[in-house]
Amino acid sequence: MADMAVQSTGMEAAGPYDRARALGAFKAGDTAFYWTTRACAISVLLILGGIILSLIVGAWPAIREFGFSFLFTQRWAPANDPPILGALGPIYGTLVTSIIAMVIAIPIGLGIAIFLTELCPNWLRRPIGLAVELLAGIPSIIYGMWGFFVLGPFMANYMQPYMIRAFEGVPVLETIFAGPPSYLSLFNASLILAIMVLPFITAISVDVFKTVPPVLKEAAYGVGCTTWEVVRSVVIPYTRVGVIGGIMLALGRALGETMAVTFIIGNAFRITGSIFSPGTTISAAIASEFAESDGLHQSGLILLGLLLFILTFLVLTAARLMLMRLEKKAGN
Amino acid sequence: MNFIKSIVAAGLVAASTSAFAADITGAGATFPFPVYSKWADAYKKETGNGLNYQSIGSGAGIKQIIAKTVTFGATDAPLKPEQLDKEGLAQWPMVMGAIVPVVNLEGVKPGEMVFDGPTLADIYLGKIKTWNDPAIAKLNPKLKLPTDAITVVRRSDGSGTTFNFTDYLSKVSADWKTKVGMGTAVEWPVGVGAKGNEGVAGNVGQTKNSIGYVEYAYAKQNKLTYAGLVNSAGKAVQPTIAAFQAAAANADWAKAKGYYLILTNQPGETSWPITAATFILMHKEPTDKAASAEALKFFKWAFEKGDKMAEELDYIPMPASVVKQIEKTWSADIKS
Repeated sequence: MADMAVQSTGMEAAGPYDRARALGAFKAGDTAFYWTTRACAISVLLILGGIILSLIVGAWPAIREFGFSFLFTQRWAPANDPPILGALGPIYGTLVTSIIAMVIAIPIGLGIAIFLTELCPNWLRRPIGLAVELLAGIPSIIYGMWGFFVLGPFMANYMQPYMIRAFEGVPVLETIFAGPPSYLSLFNASLILAIMVLPFITAISVDVFKTVPPVLKEAAYGVGCTTWEVVRSVVIPYTRVGVIGGIMLALGRALGETMAVTFIIGNAFRITGSIFSPGTTISAAIASEFAESDGLHQSGLILLGLLLFILTFLVLTAARLMLMRLEKKAGN
Repeated sequence: MNFIKSIVAAGLVAASTSAFAADITGAGATFPFPVYSKWADAYKKETGNGLNYQSIGSGAGIKQIIAKTVTFGATDAPLKPEQLDKEGLAQWPMVMGAIVPVVNLEGVKPGEMVFDGPTLADIYLGKIKTWNDPAIAKLNPKLKLPTDAITVVRRSDGSGTTFNFTDYLSKVSADWKTKVGMGTAVEWPVGVGAKGNEGVAGNVGQTKNSIGYVEYAYAKQNKLTYAGLVNSAGKAVQPTIAAFQAAAANADWAKAKGYYLILTNQPGETSWPITAATFILMHKEPTDKAASAEALKFFKWAFEKGDKMAEELDYIPMPASVVKQIEKTWSADIKS
């Protein structure tokens, strides 16, 4: 006790002089902290710039050779002399598989999240939550092998013939679900992608659903709302931005997924109307051909990589714009 | 203290021997990987010297040897003589293999079916769409062929197997040559692509009414239904070691500059038409002469003692006359 008293008087005696110095030290620390964190943030931009630059340099021979026709050419003939390369097939495959995957994964992912936070009995919460996390932990090559040996044959032998028959004679849908059934197809790749992105949507949705203040929900229940009405009118509007963020993260994953897709998409550079026919994606094409490529062929593959970069960038920008509009609306 | 010293010393010795043992490094083709690793194992047991071979694909192997990051590169598609001169490389065939067509067709057993080159090309061009096509029926009068569509399976990754297969199709079908051509990756008109020999084997094994092409070893190990082929002499032959060796023996290695020779569609009544050698690439003036000499010692040993091991893995050893010629090349070209 006595010691403390002595110390505190000592501090007071040191008074104004020390105070200025201490403040100065704080300020220096603050500045250092500011610049350190700023350097970290800026390094991301530098790395990103470096990646874009090296992609452009690597892709330059192909850009010079093919120009804009690269985007609209469907042929991919690296063995031709000179090679004819076009990105239309891989771009089509990337978009189609990602869109189908999201159409399947968004309702299921949100469904799981709503069940987990609003309806699930306590004892079931942990097993389901754990299962979802495990889905995210499985390496993509395992998904690919499972798709190749289990899902592909199952779809081709049982599901696809049924779907082909069901849509026979219906305009447009008839073309989309045209046969013959195939183990390796755009549709099977989309299904695998849907399973792979599910944990992203679910985990983030669960986290943001938990941020809804209980008082809001209680008030809604208090005026006689059903669980469905509470979810639709309170939980979802309150967490919209977070949920969309999760969906965008999932979409980014779906656009870039490589290994699993390479296993089950069939790797054909063709565009047919049917989702049961083999196709390819940008990343699958690069993964398949890069090791054995050289010259213009390799440059074309790097250009494909650059396109994927731009495509992902465009998708994320669109998502940002959409979020901004939503926030504005909510503000009004 | 002494105890600690001896542990450190032992560690240093272990580190230095293991570093020495990994002196020979090679990279490239995936096709010869099983036999190279078997040879390396036996060689290490005999001499204590190890070999580190990375099967990263022929194209990548060529890049690595040009960049001088490995002692030797390995490729299934040989480099042309002018390319070899430009990079200062020596090239020779190390071991051979064969490519066989495989099918999955109900009621058809291994060896029962026969194709000829033009028919095979038309199937891969998408011109022949069903199994009961007259062209297939004419070659296989005894088989009951279904009316089902043919599922064509091919490689999706660039590969030496594809290089040799498309080279064969280009030689036997003018249509294939103008429409598709040859290469490690080509513009496939039809079919689904699977990754690696194992991918094609797995796919054909699973898919009814499918056809594919794989290295003979994969067809045998996966118990796939392989088919015979009509060779350049017009005789139907079965994929056997004897037929592969006949093709190799009939090849004219002596006249091939830089051993640039693709073994498809070779003459001879008993020759299997899609046989392929896999090649080794080394610098004529290596930067690390000791490692280079060590690698040559290994290759010499493999030629002398590795034949049986290669045959056990369904590879075909190089004929003795070719080996003699290769050893001459070594002493003339590679400085050590």
